[in-house]
Amino acid sequence: MITVSHVSKRYPGGYEALRNVSAQVEPGEMVFVTGHSGAGKSTLLKLVGGIERPTGGSVVINGKNITSMGRASLPFLRRNFGFIFQDHKLLFDRSVYANAALPLIISGFPRREIPRRVRAALDKVGLLDREKARPVTLSGGEQQRLCIARAIVNRPAILLADEPTGNLDAAYATEIIAMFKAFNQVGVTVVIATHDTALIRGLGARTVRLDHGAIAA
Amino acid sequence: MSWIFAHIDAFRDSMRRLLQQPFATVLNVAVFGIALALPCGFYIGLENVARFSRQLTSEPQLSLFLTVNADAGDVKAIEERLTRHAAVAEFRFVDRSTALEDLKRASGMSDVLSELQSNPLPHAFVVAGRSADPDLLEGLRDEASQWPSVEHVQLDSEWARKLDAALRIGRLLVTLLGVLLAFALVAVTFNTIRLQILTRRDEIEVSKLIGATNHFIRRPFLYLGGLQGLLGGVAAWLIVAIAVRMLNRELASFGGLFGLSPSLGHMTLQQIGVLLALAALLGWLGAWMSVSRHLWRMEPR
Repeated sequence: MITVSHVSKRYPGGYEALRNVSAQVEPGEMVFVTGHSGAGKSTLLKLVGGIERPTGGSVVINGKNITSMGRASLPFLRRNFGFIFQDHKLLFDRSVYANAALPLIISGFPRREIPRRVRAALDKVGLLDREKARPVTLSGGEQQRLCIARAIVNRPAILLADEPTGNLDAAYATEIIAMFKAFNQVGVTVVIATHDTALIRGLGARTVRLDHGAIAA
Repeated sequence: MSWIFAHIDAFRDSMRRLLQQPFATVLNVAVFGIALALPCGFYIGLENVARFSRQLTSEPQLSLFLTVNADAGDVKAIEERLTRHAAVAEFRFVDRSTALEDLKRASGMSDVLSELQSNPLPHAFVVAGRSADPDLLEGLRDEASQWPSVEHVQLDSEWARKLDAALRIGRLLVTLLGVLLAFALVAVTFNTIRLQILTRRDEIEVSKLIGATNHFIRRPFLYLGGLQGLLGGVAAWLIVAIAVRMLNRELASFGGLFGLSPSLGHMTLQQIGVLLALAALLGWLGAWMSVSRHLWRMEPR
C-alpha cells in the first residue's frame, strides 16, 4: 500500500533529514516508526502524506508514484490520508464540531450527510458531548482526540499519526494507542511515529526504527 | 451541486468577515468610493460639457455657395449630388432672390440694396452633416468645392473643433487618472487581503494539509476582494449622484439669472453597470494577486 524506496530529504541549508530510506507498509498493517527525536520520523510521514517532497527516491501509494505528481493533484492525494499532527493543528476560532467537519467541507462532501459523519467521528473519540465547545477549553488529551476525529471523519484508508501521544500521560497514551488499534482492526492501515518505545512494547506491531535519518539495522 | 455550496460558503464567509470589522470595512469602502468617484465625476462633467456644446451649436453646418451665373440645371445637379452623398443628413436650398429679400429685411439696408443693378448673391445650399465629426465635415467641404459651378464652401466647425480638442485632452486626463487610481485600488486590496491572509494563516495551513485545493483556499479571499470593490463602486456612484444633485441645485439658481436652465445629467444605467463591474473586478484582481503570491509561499517543496 505504501512503498518508500531510497528516499532522501535534504532541506535548504544542507540539513539532511533522511538518507536512502526504504520501507513498505502492507494494506491493513499497523506500523510504528521509532527513533530519537530528530531521527526523521516526522519527515518520513510528511513525505508519505504528500506534505513535503523528497529530494531523492520515490514514494508509491496504492501503485501511484506520488513523487512525480503535479502540484494540482497533491490536495486530492492528501484526502486519502487521515493525518494526526504532533501539534494538533486545531483551529481555535471555531467549535469542536467545525474543526471535525473541515475535511468534509474541503472535499465537497454532500451537505446533508456532514452532521451525521461528524457526530459519528466525535462519538468514536468520545467527544460527542463537547461538539459546541471551543478547542481551547479542551484538555491536551481531548485536543488530541479531536485531531483524531478530524483525521477519521473522511474514513481514510490510511492514518498517519505523528507523535500522537507526545504530551500525554501514560494512561491517556495507552488509551489513544488502543483507539488506533481499534481502527486498525476494522481494516485501516495505520502508521504511527513515536519516540516512546515503552508504549508499543507488547503490541506485536511491526516497527521501523530510524537513526539519524537512516533505517537502523 | 457541491460546488454551488462551496461558492455560497465562500460568499457567506467573506460577508461575515466584512461585517466582523465594520470600521475597517467602512474605511476600505470609502477609499474605493472616493478613488472611483474622482474619475467618474470628471467623466460625467466632460460628458455634460460635450452635450451642452452640442445643444449650443445647432447641427454642424456647411454653406455651399454656387457661382453667380449658375442656372436651374446646375442647381438640380448639385441637389442630386447632395441627395446621394453619404455624409449629408439633410440640406436646404436658398434661392438667390429669396436670399436678397431676406437680407433686405434683416439688415435694414433695403435702400442701398435696391440701388443695385443686379442681385450679387449666389444660390446657396445649407447642408447638415450626418455627424459632428470634423474629419467627415472637412472631407465633405473639400469634395464639394470640386463640384462644377460651386464657388465656395464654408465650414463653420472651427470652434467646434477647438472644443473637441479640449474635450479630448480632458478625456485623456480622466483616463490617466482612472488608470492610476485603478492601480492604487488594486494595491490597497492587495494589502487588505494580505492582512486577512496573515490573520488566517493557521486556517489556510491546516486546510492545505488536509487536502484543500488552492481554489478552495483562494475563493473566500477573492469574494472578499470582489465584494469590497463592489461596495466601493456603490459608494462612488452615491458620491457622484449626490455631487450632481448638489451642483444642479446651484446651477438652477445661477442659470435663473440668465434665463437659462442648465442641468447636469446623472450617470446612465449602463455607466453605473460598468462602474460597479469595474470596481468589483479591481477588488477581485487585487485579492487574486495577493492570494496567489502568499499561497505560493505555502507550497510544499
